Order: sequence, then C-alpha cells, then structure tokens
Amino acid sequence: MSKITIPLGPQHPALKEPENFMLVLEGEQITGATVNLGYNHRGMEKAAENRTYIQNLYLIERVCGICSHSHTTTYITNVEELAKCETPKRALAIRTLFAELERVHSHLLWLGVAGYEMGFETLFMYTWRDREQVLDCLEMLSGNRVHYSINTIGGVRRDISAEQKAGVIKRIDYLIERTNYYIKLALEEPTVAARTANVGKLPPEVAIERGAVGPTARASGIARDVRKDEPYLIYNELDFKLITHNTNDVFGRLVVRALELVESYKMIKEVLNNLPEGPIAVKVPMRIAPGECVNHYEAPRGEDIHYLKANGTDKPERLKVRAPTLANLQSVAYMMEGGWLADVPLVIAAIDPCMSCTDRAVVWDPKKGRKQVYGWEELRKLSIEQYKRRGVDFTRL
Amino acid sequence: MESIIPLAYLIIFPGFLFLAVYGMFLQWVDRKLCAVMQNRMGPPWFQPFADFIKLLAKEVIVPDAADSAMFRALPYFAMAAVITALVSIPVSGPAALFSYQGDLVAVIYLLTIPTVTFFLAGWSSTSPYSTVGSMRVLTQLFAYEVPLMLSLIGPAILAGSWNISEIAAFFTAHPVLIPSQLLGFLAALIALQVKLERMPFDIPHAKNEIVGGQFTEYSGRLLNFFLLAVDMELVVGAALVNAVFLGGSLGFAGWAGIGVFLGKTLFITFLLALLKVLMARIRIEQMINFCWKYLAPVAMAQVAFDIFLKFKLG
Repeated sequence: MSKITIPLGPQHPALKEPENFMLVLEGEQITGATVNLGYNHRGMEKAAENRTYIQNLYLIERVCGICSHSHTTTYITNVEELAKCETPKRALAIRTLFAELERVHSHLLWLGVAGYEMGFETLFMYTWRDREQVLDCLEMLSGNRVHYSINTIGGVRRDISAEQKAGVIKRIDYLIERTNYYIKLALEEPTVAARTANVGKLPPEVAIERGAVGPTARASGIARDVRKDEPYLIYNELDFKLITHNTNDVFGRLVVRALELVESYKMIKEVLNNLPEGPIAVKVPMRIAPGECVNHYEAPRGEDIHYLKANGTDKPERLKVRAPTLANLQSVAYMMEGGWLADVPLVIAAIDPCMSCTDRAVVWDPKKGRKQVYGWEELRKLSIEQYKRRGVDFTRL
Repeated sequence: MESIIPLAYLIIFPGFLFLAVYGMFLQWVDRKLCAVMQNRMGPPWFQPFADFIKLLAKEVIVPDAADSAMFRALPYFAMAAVITALVSIPVSGPAALFSYQGDLVAVIYLLTIPTVTFFLAGWSSTSPYSTVGSMRVLTQLFAYEVPLMLSLIGPAILAGSWNISEIAAFFTAHPVLIPSQLLGFLAALIALQVKLERMPFDIPHAKNEIVGGQFTEYSGRLLNFFLLAVDMELVVGAALVNAVFLGGSLGFAGWAGIGVFLGKTLFITFLLALLKVLMARIRIEQMINFCWKYLAPVAMAQVAFDIFLKFKLG
C-alpha cells in the first residue's frame, strides 16, 4: 500500500493548542512521526526580565492556564530563597492545599479530554461536570476559578476560614464518591480497555532515556515524583502514596491519574484539618540580592523547573522555565510509531500536553539575523563543547 | 390525474418531504436524548432545521483536484437511493407503496448506495483526511454488510417471503413469534448503528482523528444534502427494522398506522441513542473483529434457529 503523509495540526480538532505532528501512514498504521514545536512562542522569559518580581507573578501565572499555581509557586520559591525570607508555615500549608486542588482539577480535566479523544463523550461530559465542584472550591477560597492568584512573595494573599474549610471538605467528599465510580468505569468498561490497553507503549528504559516526567513516567513503572524525592512546601509532613503502574501504556496513565486523585483528596483533607496557626505572609524587600537559584516542583503534568538569576535590582536578570510537557513530548514520537492512526489523539492527550507552557526554544542569531531550530546532533555538539570548556568531557556518553 | 397521485406519494408522503422533515426531527430526538443522558441541555427542537437553512446559504467550494461533476452529483445520488428504498417499506399501513417479491434484497442494496457515494465523495476530494476517511468507509462496508443481511434473512425465512410487507403481515398475524427474533433484532440494530456511522462506530469521520473524514472537503449545500441523506437513512433504517422484526404497523392503517410507525421508530431511535452514549469509539480493526467474530455468528445463530422453527411449525 502506498504511504500517505497526514498533518495533524497546527489546526486540528484533536489538539487544544497549536502543535504539528507529521504522520506517515501505511494504511491505518503509522510508520513515522515527527513533532514540530514552536507555534505558540510568547516571549515570556524575555518579558519577565522587564518586569519587577511582583509584576512577574501575574505573568508567570499565565504561562499555563491549568498549572498556574505550579508555575507561580516554583517562581516564588526561587525568589524567596534568594531573598532569604522565612515563609510562614501557614502560607506553605495553604500553597500545598492549592497545589493539590489544582492537581485534582487538572486530572479531572485530563480524564474528560481522554474520554473525548477516545470518542467517549459521556465520560467527557460527566467528568467536566464534576470538575465544577473543585473549581467552586478554588473560587470560594481565592475568588478565581483558573488563575487563583493566591501566591505573593513572602506568603499567600488570603486566609482560610472555618466556613470555607467545611465547604471544601463537603465538595471533596462528593468528588471522592465520583472518582471511585470513574475508577470502576475505567477498569470495567470494555471499550475503554480496548482503546487504552497496549496503546502508546513506553518501556521504562525508553522513558528514562527520553526524560519522561510525571504521570507519563510513573505509568512506565518509574517511581519519580518531586513531592517524594525532594519534598518542598509541607509535603514531607503529609501521608501519601507514590502511584506507579507497570503496563507502560495509556491505560496505565489513566489508572495513575485516577489513583493520584484519591491521594490528592486525602492530602487536601489532611492539610485542611491540620492548618498551622500564624501569619500568612511576611514582608520581603523589593530588591533581591544577586544570586542564582533553581527549583523544581511536581506539577500535575510532571516536573516543572524554574531557574532564576537576580542581579540586585527589583527585576530578574534571567528567568528560565522548563515545563513538563517539553520533557514528555520527546516520548510522544516514540509512542506513536507502529501504532494506529486512531490512537494518535489519545497518545498525544495521554501526556496531558500543555503546549503554550512549552514553546520557548527558538534560536535567533541577531548578527546573521536568521532563525534556526537546533536538531539533536547540533544541540549535543554544543553541550559537549560547553562542558569541555568547564573541564568535563562527555564525548563518550 | 392518475399519474399525479404516485408523484404526490413520492414527493410528499411517504416520500421526500416526510422523510426530510421526520429525518430532521429524529436527528433532534437523537441529539436531545444523548444530551439528557450525558447531563447536558441539548439543542432546541428547531436546531436541525436552522442548521439546514444556514448550510443552504453557505458557499459551495469544490476542490481543484476533484472531478467537479461527480463531486456535485454524489449527495443527490445518496438522497435519491434512500428515498427509493422507503417506497418499498410499509409506513402508514400494512402494505408498502410499491411492494414486490424480493424487495427486501432490493432495499438492502439501495441502502448500500449512500455508503458507496460516501466512499466516492471522500476519494474524489483527494485530500489526505478524506482519502483515509473513504478507505475507512469501504472497510466498514465490508464489515457490517454481511451481519446486516444475515440478520434480516432470519425473519424472511420464517415468514417464507422476500417481500417486506408480507414479512410484516406475517408477524402481525403471529405476534408470539416476535420475541423469538430478539437476537437477530439486536444484531440488526448494532449493524444499523455501524451502517449509519454513529458512535461508537463513527470511525470514517472520527473528528479527533481525521477531522471530517469523507466529508472534509464538502461545504454548503452539498454537505447539507449529504447530512440530510444520513438523517433520512436513519428513518429508513428504523422503518426497515420495524417492518422486518416488529411487525410494521401491526395491521393499523391511516392515522393510527402513522402513529404506530412514529412510536416504534422513536423507540428504535432511543435504542440507537443509548448505544451511542454507552461506549467509547473503537478502532477500525476492532470494529472488523467485532462484526465478523461476534455480530455475524449471532445473526447466523438466529438464521439457524429460524430454519429450525420453520420446520417445527411446518
């Protein structure tokens, strides 16, 4: 049979954000796939250099619409570390609460998207209806549904009252019931199993080699979670399980996310019931002393890394964001090859892609005035040279 | 005057006008039922009519690479085949408008024509999405056609006739035998769902995989008539299943006959809508496996049972 090349994107019903996948098809089977990034570059890192630390909060929150809290928390942890500020315990607890609420809202959203991509619209409608509950929680606590703006440098903006606490717990109880139903559904419905089992296989060694993070890695049996590996906020005081699954496929990613929801509910209740007393914020000076800082954070989609360089003024000198999708996208091409065309939307959706977080790697040479996208070989050569100058030789690696 | 009456039958009832209006109404019923089952509001009753009028006003774009004449003619072929099929199926009374021995086979083949036009439509559009879509249409055709045919043969054997009106009359006379056709009825319903390319078998135009599938390049009026043909196919398919398995109008004629027809087709639409919301869309190779491994043997078992029953009854 002759081969056809099908473009999936940048505009395509399966994609929520512009991205391009070129698929080479032989009949219904995929023999080759390439991923093209860069339709969504917004120049946020450059913009961050022209704003003060406080103004950047609003910018960083808008890196991603779903993990808005993840990005601000990582950024703020960097700033607070450089400013050597002691963040109050209560503020850290409230940030943890928001982080877990955000994970619940993101995973429920993902469940709906996965249902939609496998052509199961009822699941999509049901999960998104239930997701309203957690959005209501967030709105009640912060006043906003998506960009909560709860973080501020040195603490959080709003405190939690006893009344709000009761409201959140009531809604979480409802969600626990619903989530158990979805877990049952995912495990029992034959068409869901038929569409997800053995689809988008990612063996553990490939996952490690391609640097998969978050639920994508955990579904390949890799116990990798920043909350456990290097606890931040108050995660070292919380009791939760690290969920892994060893089927290495979309089904595993579905199960991991569903079970993580249950863990998140547990954590939310634990945090709410043991909120430490004290102030919710401290004063931090406008100017941050020179220094560099890197922090990572377990966003709903995986490990989020921020690098911050301060130069003593009230504006950062450099801010670098590595969103989890960028780490996971490398695995997508591998997962698609040899699969069916019908599975492509699901495989892409299974990493829970967030393209607008990701797109920021275009090389522009002002001297020659041309744009260039570096391939793997060139990047490897460049990094080897870079380390050679520092005295480390990675040529044989 | 003599020649005007058959023409009126063809154009008004139970022909084009009735089919179009009732098809759009069933489309709304289907959408509303799904919406309610999925915890949504669903569209208002006039939505299909509004969509129809809106699409009529839109520009028609024919791809440069497509054969313009064929591209434009195909939707009308699809619609004409569906209307012709209805003529041999009893609607308002015990007898069809034009019934003859062997019309069951003729109707099945007339109902295959729309699927073939879908294939040609996709293939002549020459865009990658529609090419893949049209290949899927053909694959699906080979998967469901045999189970559908087999499941309709069972009642025909039992009634000892290839005439749809006679089969309906047979079951009207022997209503006790209707429950014995349950397996075949279910097989026919599922095969009909595959034929109509509805969820979970909407593989040829699965929107998150290949955009619009075979209809990707169609727009405006032409797309409108294709969609109308699909709506009409739902009515004709439901009417066929009703006549073959459920005894048609059950002996009622006139307004009562129409009432029975509407009630039973609405019930069949409800069953089809239920199928639609219950499952995730399956892959094309799973669909073929399902049709040949499960659906065809089930229909075959019904045929064997009917032959046995026929001998038993004498």
